Formats: sequence, structure tokens, C-alpha cells
Amino acid sequence: MTFKESFEPDILGFLCNWCSYAGADLAGVSRFQYPPNVRIIRVMCSARVDPTIVLEAFIRGLDGVMVLGCHPGDCHYMTGNYYTERRIKTTKKVLKNAGLSPERLLVDWVSASEGERFATLVKEFTEKVRKLGPLGKETDLEPQKLRTRLVAAREALAQERIRWLVGRERELVEDKNVFGEKVSQEEFDQLMLQTVEKEFAKRRILLSIEEDALSVREIAQIVDASPREVLRNMVSLERDGLVSVVGIEGTSPKYRRTEGS
Amino acid sequence: MNEAKVGVFVCHCGTNIGGFLDVPGLAKYALSLPHVVFSQDSQYTCSDAGLTEIKNAIAEKKLNRVVVASCTPRTHEPLFRSTCKDAGLNPYLFQFVNIRDQCSWVHMQEKERATEKAKALIRMGVARAVLLEPLEETEVEVNPCALVIGGGITGMTCALSLANRGFEVKLIEKEDQLGGTLNSLYKLYPTNEEASRLVQEKAKDVKKNSKVEVLTSSEVKEVEGFVGNYDVTVRQRERERLFKTGVIIVATGAETLKPVGMYGYDGEKVITQMELEQMLKEGGFNADTVVMIQCVGSRNEKRAYCSKVCCLTALKNAMLIKEANPDAQVFMLYRDMVTQGTKYEDYYGKTRETGITFIKYSPERQPVVENGSVRVYDEFLGEELSLPYDLVVLSTPMVAHPDSADLAQKLKVPVDEYGFFLEAHVKLRPVDFATDGIYVCGCAHWPANVGESISQAYGASSRASIPLSVGHVKTEPLIAMVDEDECVGCGLCELTCPFKAIRIEETEKGRKAKVIAASCKGCGACGAGCPEKAITMRHFTDEQLLAQVIPLAEVTS
Repeated sequence: MTFKESFEPDILGFLCNWCSYAGADLAGVSRFQYPPNVRIIRVMCSARVDPTIVLEAFIRGLDGVMVLGCHPGDCHYMTGNYYTERRIKTTKKVLKNAGLSPERLLVDWVSASEGERFATLVKEFTEKVRKLGPLGKETDLEPQKLRTRLVAAREALAQERIRWLVGRERELVEDKNVFGEKVSQEEFDQLMLQTVEKEFAKRRILLSIEEDALSVREIAQIVDASPREVLRNMVSLERDGLVSVVGIEGTSPKYRRTEGS
Repeated sequence: MNEAKVGVFVCHCGTNIGGFLDVPGLAKYALSLPHVVFSQDSQYTCSDAGLTEIKNAIAEKKLNRVVVASCTPRTHEPLFRSTCKDAGLNPYLFQFVNIRDQCSWVHMQEKERATEKAKALIRMGVARAVLLEPLEETEVEVNPCALVIGGGITGMTCALSLANRGFEVKLIEKEDQLGGTLNSLYKLYPTNEEASRLVQEKAKDVKKNSKVEVLTSSEVKEVEGFVGNYDVTVRQRERERLFKTGVIIVATGAETLKPVGMYGYDGEKVITQMELEQMLKEGGFNADTVVMIQCVGSRNEKRAYCSKVCCLTALKNAMLIKEANPDAQVFMLYRDMVTQGTKYEDYYGKTRETGITFIKYSPERQPVVENGSVRVYDEFLGEELSLPYDLVVLSTPMVAHPDSADLAQKLKVPVDEYGFFLEAHVKLRPVDFATDGIYVCGCAHWPANVGESISQAYGASSRASIPLSVGHVKTEPLIAMVDEDECVGCGLCELTCPFKAIRIEETEKGRKAKVIAASCKGCGACGAGCPEKAITMRHFTDEQLLAQVIPLAEVTS
């Protein structure tokens, strides 16, 4: 392994075709120089960026991810960037749960005329990630453990509870429900945080019993949780058909992730 | 489909890429990638020779994927796609890799790292290309009608130009009469033609033309649809009307900056060029000593641009003052006289001969208007002068129309940092927006004189007449697809889609989401939020995006 004197962060940027990608092109046309640490993937709208793709980037070892769209109100698809903002906000919460600094993920807006702003954003973000260091430097987790947590985070973001809540945020917070009740932003954020924590915990449990059948106590050790907490999640996972009891050792049932779940 | 056979073409773009990246090295690297059976570098891949090379390689090497690493898909993707199509390859099996605008031009001092980045970008492009699928465009009929927003000289020229080609035109004007800015001007440089005559004649032609329907006191309220089939709701006073149109032209013009709080502006003794024109037009001009100040509120931190027409307007008005009162003294305080072009430098020369005094000031030492005189530091004399005045005339820049931002949002087109409408490309598509079927001309775009505005109007109407004449457009098959087996009919996608392009329907399998292809714009917002991950965005599938998520370390190791 070669020793690198200074750490060069490896960053991917997902840019929308209409505003930020055009802004990045304008930076080129105007010859605004920025560090070559960022590589760009073009999408039609920033709202195309599924949070699971962001997580996959971190799983594969990228040090930072930028998601750039049109300024609020200027979205080519009217409300796309609104969803981007909500999804990335939630993704940051999940990242934090997994042990990564949410600062490694940037969501921001660049218009087609903001070439200089794009170059500045890249410079600033590159510096920020450089300071954070290589992926995982902010935790004392072993790489393999961090990876498992990130996989759990990706799975949590792929399943319906979190996605449903993110998609409904505007409706829940801004409109009244059928009972004429409105959820305040604080209440919603609290609910979201709980959901993120819970789903992440459940996914970690599932990952721990993918290969081997384990008891609640054994699982608790792997996922750094109390047996009580694990048991509570087990009940819900069993109800959803995601785990099944495959044997009993002494008095402890052994659980395993249901195939195909 | 058979196994992917990818051809990679790396462009030098003269020295634009070749001068900063190791282009032959990139082509060599490309050949080492999985599925790549052919690669080459060429001076200009977009030249006839370059395109022929692509076609030949498709035929000879039996390529079924083409990757071009060069400038940007925003300008050149259509060209390379049609080249693929000419060679019998589905155009959606083409992949662009941007190594100029987003690589060589922005890392000019770092050849080695920039080349590594370009390698990674090519690798990402190839990885996506392998997963691309052929797609068929659908043809949609074009409503042979144009809607022109703005009834000034520019908009009227557009309307007439299109009507004379046989197309129906709706001309939308906010004021109660046609003419726009020219209604407030006196004589136009360089011919001293009367502005009112020019607009009146044009307006007469417009009203006479049976193909043009003029809607004054009208504003655009809502815009929906896409090229060939826009639905525009126009509010005329209290009444709303819906127009179906194939194309839209933005000719809304600009305003001139009102210099409130600058140089003692009061609209009487300290006025703008626009107000001077009004004065000259109405015969109310009465001053012996006039001081004009150029670049008022422009070429500064807030408005860095040169408004382009103010120098010549000031020269013209100075001469008109001399005509009205040959004994009048005119001082012109300027930073730089901008009179480019074969006619106008000469025009400037003639003005100098009429005895107008030109005094150069610098932005660091701006003139001061106080107690009936203007204090100015003359850069050439190197001393401060005090000029008593009867009238001070401020040359203020054109600024974006205050309604521009609102209209831009309705049309979903961009504006620049100053609020002027932003074209798709400054040289390649100067009167197009990136959105198909919408065009821009005149001062809505940036400051232009009457001649330029008219030229742009011809340009925009000519561009707009292409889809109108062809009669149909191809719509991109980039739409969402629902996997009915995965869909649980929750309806979140319906809630997410701003275009009502996906809705829940009862099917034999229960409630399922259905995509309305003609309405789907292909943003992918529904798919990225679908709780069941049951929606695939064509041409931007999860697999195709994930294929590009490659750490740099995999490239450099």
C-alpha cells in the first residue's frame, strides 16, 4: 500500500440536467478552476437521486456526495427539489445513525447561471471532506463494522416506512388529515427521527442473522443494543414476516432472517 | 440484446481537451475496460471526419454502444445520437462523457490528476453504456400556432415573421397598446428615424394581418405542456382564455434603471436619458449647459454588465440637443465609450466634431452632483473640474423586467444573475431555451439596440418555425415505468408527481399505479420515493446510476 502524504477526498456529485449541471458547464466555459476531487453524474432532476444510491456510494468507499438541484421555486419539474431536500435531510439522519458525519452529504442549489458559485461550492465541500478525513475517520468503528452499518442504513432507506413518511411530509405538515388535525414540523421531525432509529436498528438485526441463527442475547451483543430492545424489534420483525424462529437452544429461541425478505 | 460491444471516442477538441489531458492515454485506457472493443482519439469528434469515424466503427466493429468523451451533452448529445441513428444504432445506446466543461477546462493546472479524473469519468460512462437499453421516441403532432409574449418591436417582428409563414400567432401585450419601450423613445441612432413611426407602422402591419390575434392588457397566467402542445392561460383584464400553441417566444423586453438616490436624481434637473428623450420629443427641452454621466448604476459591483446601448444613446441625444440648441454646451462624463461596429465608431467621431466635450472619469473617483454644478476629476487633465449645469442627464442601464422572474417560473426556463432570460447556449443556441419549443429574443435576453432586437426576433421566429413547419416532434421516451407486481397501489407517486402523469387505477391485480406517457416529463421523482421501489425511470435506472458509482481508487489502482 502506498503512503499518501495528504488525503484527497473522493467525491461524487449528482447534478440535475437543467440547473446545476448547466451551472457546472458554465464554470467550465468561464474557466473557474476547482479541485478535481468531484466527479459528476448527470440526472434529469435532483429528485431522481434515490437515498439508497447515496448510501451505496458511501458503502463503495466514496468520501463525500453532493446532490445539487435548481433553486427552490426554479425546479424544471416544479417541485422536484422539494423532494430532494426532504429525502437528503432524512438520509443525513440515517447517516448519523450509521456513525458517519452527515456533513459528508451536501444538498444545495446551483442555477444555470451560477458557474462561479458551483466552483466555490466544490472547493468548499472538498475542503470540508478533506478535514473530515477518509470515510469513517469520525468513528472508531472497524471498516467492516462501519460497512455493515451502512448496509443497514441503505436497507432502512429502501423500505417503505421511511420512504412513506418522507413522501408524506408536506401533506402531513401543511394540510390537515381526515380528522382535521395537523402535524407540527417539530412533531413530524420527532416522528421521523424515531422511525429512522427504529428502522435502522431493525435492519442491523436482520443483517446479523443473515448467515447464522442467533438468540436475542447474541444479537444484542452484535448490534450494541439491550436484549430488551432487540426483543421488542424482534416482535415487530416477526409480525412483518422478516424473521423466523429456526430452533431453540435451552430456553432461547434462535432467529434467522426469512429468505427473500 | 447481444453482449455489449462498446466503442469509445475521445475528443481533443483542438487544444481545449488535448492541451490539458493526455487524450491518447485516455483512448488507450478506454480499450482496457470491460466490453470496450474499440477506442480512438480524434481532433474534433463532432467534425464530419469525426462523425464518419463513429459511423464506420459502428459498421466495421459491430459496435452496439457508443461512448463519446468530449464536451457536454447539453450541446452535443443530439448530434452524436443522430450519428448513431444514421449508422443504424438506436440513439439511446449512446453515452456522453463530459471531459471538457467539467474536467479539462476546470483543472487546467493539474494535468495528471485531471487525466485520472477523466479516466474515471470514461470508466463510469462505459459502465452505464453497457446497461443502456434501446428506446423508441414517440411522435407527437405540433399545434401549428405560436404564442409571442411581449408586443414591442421585437415581439411584433416575431409575430409578423411567423404569420407571414402561414402560422397562427397570438401576441400577448401587457400594456393597453402595442409598441413597448419604443413608445417612450424619440429618435433612434444611427439614422435618427422616429421611434414612434417605426412602431406605428409595425403595429399597423400586425393589426392588418389576419393570422395575428393581438391581446393587449393581457398577461400569461399559467403554462402547461411541452413542445408542440403548450396550453397557455392568458388573463386579459378580468377574463381568462386558454390557448393551445406549439411554440412560445419570450419578447418581453427590459426596463431602464430608475436612478433613485443617485447623483441627486429628481426627474426635473437631474433626469435619465429616457426622460430627456421625452423632453426632446415634446419640445420641452430648454437648457444651455447639459452634463451627461455615463455608466450610472452599471459596471459596478451590483450590476457588472455594460448595458451596451447607453453610450450611443447619449451620443445621439447630445447631437439632438445640439440640433435643438446649437449654442448648448454638452459635457459627457464617461468611463469608456463603447461604440463598437463599423457604423458606430464613425458616429462617435462625428459627435466629437460637433463640439461636445468628453471627460473621462474613473469608477474610483465618481462625479458628484451638488449645488447646481457637477464636480468631476478629469483622468486626462489630472485635475478636478467644476461644471455648472442647467440639466444633468444620467445614462442608466437596462435592467431585467420585474415580471421576468415570475414568467421564467411559469415557463420553467432560467434567468441569469441579473434576471435576464438565459439562453441554452451563448453561441450554439443563442435564441433557444434549453426547454424545447420556447425561444427568447430582444432585451428580455440582454441589452440590445433596436436593430439587434429585430435580428434576434427573426432568429427566434425562424427557430420557432422549425417544429411548426415539420408538423411533429419526437418526444423523448424518458418516462417512468411501473412494475405492477411490486406496486401496492399506495398512491404516493400520484401525490409526488406535479404533472398528474401517474395515477392509481383499479386493475385485475388490484389498485396499481399507471403512467400517462404523454404527460410524464421523466424527472424520476416518483421512482426515487416509491416505498416499494416499484417504479423504474427509463434511461436513468437505479442500475445505470449505480454503475457509475465507482470510487477513484478502483481506477488508479
